[in-house]
Amino acid sequence: MTLRGLRWAIPAAVLPVLALLTYGFWTDPKEIPSPLLGRPAAAFSLATFDGGPISLEGLRGKVVMLNFWASWCVPACYDEAPAVERTWRAYKNQGVMVVGIDIQDKEEAARQFLARFGHTFPNAPDPRGRVSVDYGVYGVPETFFIDRNGRVRFKHVGALTDEIARRHLDALLKEPA
Amino acid sequence: MIPELGYAATVAGFVLALSGAVAAVVGGWTGRAEWLRTGERAAIGVWVLITVCIALMLYAFLTFDFSVRYVAINTNRGTPFYYRITALWGALEGSIVLWSWMLSIYTLIVVVQYRRRQPELYPWVLSVMLGILAFFLLVMTIPAPPFERLTPIPPDGRGLNPLLEDSGMITHPVALYLGFTGFTVPFAFAMAALIIGRTGEEWITITRRWTIIAWYFLALGLLIGGWWSYHVLGWGGYWAWDPVENAAFMPWLTATAFLHSVMVQERRRMLKLWNLSLIILTFGLTLFGTFLTRSGIIGSVHSFTQGSIGVFFLSFLSLVLLGSFSLLAWRMDRLRAESQLDSVVSRESTFLLNNLFLLAATFTVFFGTVFPLLSEAVRGVKVSVGAPFFNLVNIPVFLTLLFLMGVGPLIAWRRASAQNLKRNFLKPVLAGIVAAAVLRLFGVANVLVLAAMGLVIFVSATIVLDYARAVRARRRSGEGWSAATWGLLLRQNRRYGGFIVHLGVLVVALGVAGSQAWSVQTETTLEKGQSVELGGYRVRFDGLEASEESNHGKVTGTFSVTSGRHWDVMLHPGRKFYPQEQTPIAAVDYRLGFIEDVYLVLGDFARDGSQATIKLQVNRMVSWLWLGGFVLTIGAALAILPDHRKPA
Repeated sequence: MTLRGLRWAIPAAVLPVLALLTYGFWTDPKEIPSPLLGRPAAAFSLATFDGGPISLEGLRGKVVMLNFWASWCVPACYDEAPAVERTWRAYKNQGVMVVGIDIQDKEEAARQFLARFGHTFPNAPDPRGRVSVDYGVYGVPETFFIDRNGRVRFKHVGALTDEIARRHLDALLKEPA
Repeated sequence: MIPELGYAATVAGFVLALSGAVAAVVGGWTGRAEWLRTGERAAIGVWVLITVCIALMLYAFLTFDFSVRYVAINTNRGTPFYYRITALWGALEGSIVLWSWMLSIYTLIVVVQYRRRQPELYPWVLSVMLGILAFFLLVMTIPAPPFERLTPIPPDGRGLNPLLEDSGMITHPVALYLGFTGFTVPFAFAMAALIIGRTGEEWITITRRWTIIAWYFLALGLLIGGWWSYHVLGWGGYWAWDPVENAAFMPWLTATAFLHSVMVQERRRMLKLWNLSLIILTFGLTLFGTFLTRSGIIGSVHSFTQGSIGVFFLSFLSLVLLGSFSLLAWRMDRLRAESQLDSVVSRESTFLLNNLFLLAATFTVFFGTVFPLLSEAVRGVKVSVGAPFFNLVNIPVFLTLLFLMGVGPLIAWRRASAQNLKRNFLKPVLAGIVAAAVLRLFGVANVLVLAAMGLVIFVSATIVLDYARAVRARRRSGEGWSAATWGLLLRQNRRYGGFIVHLGVLVVALGVAGSQAWSVQTETTLEKGQSVELGGYRVRFDGLEASEESNHGKVTGTFSVTSGRHWDVMLHPGRKFYPQEQTPIAAVDYRLGFIEDVYLVLGDFARDGSQATIKLQVNRMVSWLWLGGFVLTIGAALAILPDHRKPA
């Protein structure tokens, strides 16, 4: 038998499989592009927790970062909350509007969440869940970046970071109005 | 406080396991007993520390300690008491803890059983097991720490995945992990045998019962998983070829192959290389399954969250596969077969065929599971293959395996004579053909179902024939009825345990074939008071009711079901609305029956309760799957009793 010479072929046979699995780290099975990208963002008009009105129509001409969250969304919404507030503070004088939309929540818990992180940008509950349905929100947090012409341009699923927000907002701000 | 204590126990456990593994290696190398004793003490210490981790986690769950991130994610104040306990292993981090705990128990049993009996193999077995434990404790320390702190502490947690609020959450993971971790023992013995060069039948004889135990629990875990899928997920089926199911199915297939091929080695001293490869493959596949379901590289219904854990698992998997196959290559000279295949018509070659088909099934399942990756790597397109691919390829393979299951146990070793074949198989083959013909006359037209039923009858007939002959022989030698029937089972427990396991598999096969071929379903929208008919049942929609449970809202429908045989019951399927879930969760209702189940799912409904959309199924023979599980249990229990035969 020529088994002797071929013996090291046995461990070597494992290598291609391991290589394929390693390749898997560079792919994301859940990364399915949102069909909303490039389309006009769905209009909404809601009452904020402070009682004021907020509507997408009223923000035309600004770059809008629309952040969907909930107080029960542990831990991702808690992880990203400081970054969302920092982004708002950094960009509010550059023609950017940050809007938080709280979905499927209890008002009491939501207010506690806002107080804890000291959010200063407008936040509104979505009582009938209509806005989250219009935007195809699957799980919180999800963040949509809307350009000055009211089109959805980027969507981020999961906790937002300063870096991701900066990248998308800078790109949209560079575009001519 | 809990997070710090738990983390300290985890780190200490990791250090102890690693140093214990090293101590056992030194003990094995130098033959000095004190090093071995150190390794043993480490094994005990590791078990104690993991037990402490579990106790701390339980305490954190029961006291709603949301400073522990894992607790905050997997419970909220509405989670019922019972599910706060099972939430312990409801997600990634906790599942690793449960895994490690079981492995530490297996390690202790190995220490108790083999420290005196197997002085040569034992040190290496201990070090391999402690090494594997060290890996899992490393995972608990770095990429998946169950005691990670959460700041700021939220007022309430997110809540357990609602699909896990089911009694199956106790039995399914426990059975599955007992199976997965159980294969560590034969694997460790195989490695020890390779290291010290004792590559004979010894490691196989020692681990036979371990392998059966692990195999049985894996089978049970798969069946309970199917039951969970059937009565919780509400899609009406029990098996979907989802990656997570495949991940558990693959090691079961290779372990089944292993259980059969070791008999050839015990009897004929052949297939040594093959058997070692099979156990390495089986153990590797248990790791692969864990990697697959936790690394997030392939989408699955089991969405364990991800992170760097995939890198850890893949590195360890590489180490295990490359290391153990290299060891195998290094010992190749000692793995020569001591006899040859004498004839194609023999038990050896039947078992070999059975192995080839089982491996073919494993390969196709593997191929289908990683296909999305493969296609993205080669063509840049995300594609996945679904049930049609798996069914198309695997049905012929499994039908062949059924046939071999009838042939294998009764065909003669070495070379079967025409006399042997005629005596054992003529009547069963006729029985199978007659059964298929009768079913055909009764209108069964599906060729695959006819083949499956015919084969089931053929295999059952071989078993019954063999048993009847043995009983008759005992009776002739003067034994009473009970000694000849029950006594025979106990005296030849290994043989008849195996036969009963085969019967269990046949019952499951009937369930699969029957349910695939004969189940019927309909989807319809009913006004209040309206009825729908299916398969002899009439289902009337009587109304809807809303209620508020501790952690979710629920809408429950009332449906009265009547059949022609004056059979009248109420079914209450519902839909549950959890705040943390975007989509409602179905609460299925059903009546199980020996021949058929009535299975009702509530879909959309009008808010005023005037209208409801339902999915009604009459699922035939699904209960046979669960029944098969009981038969398997009896067979496996019989097979692991001490072997009463004299060693050959």
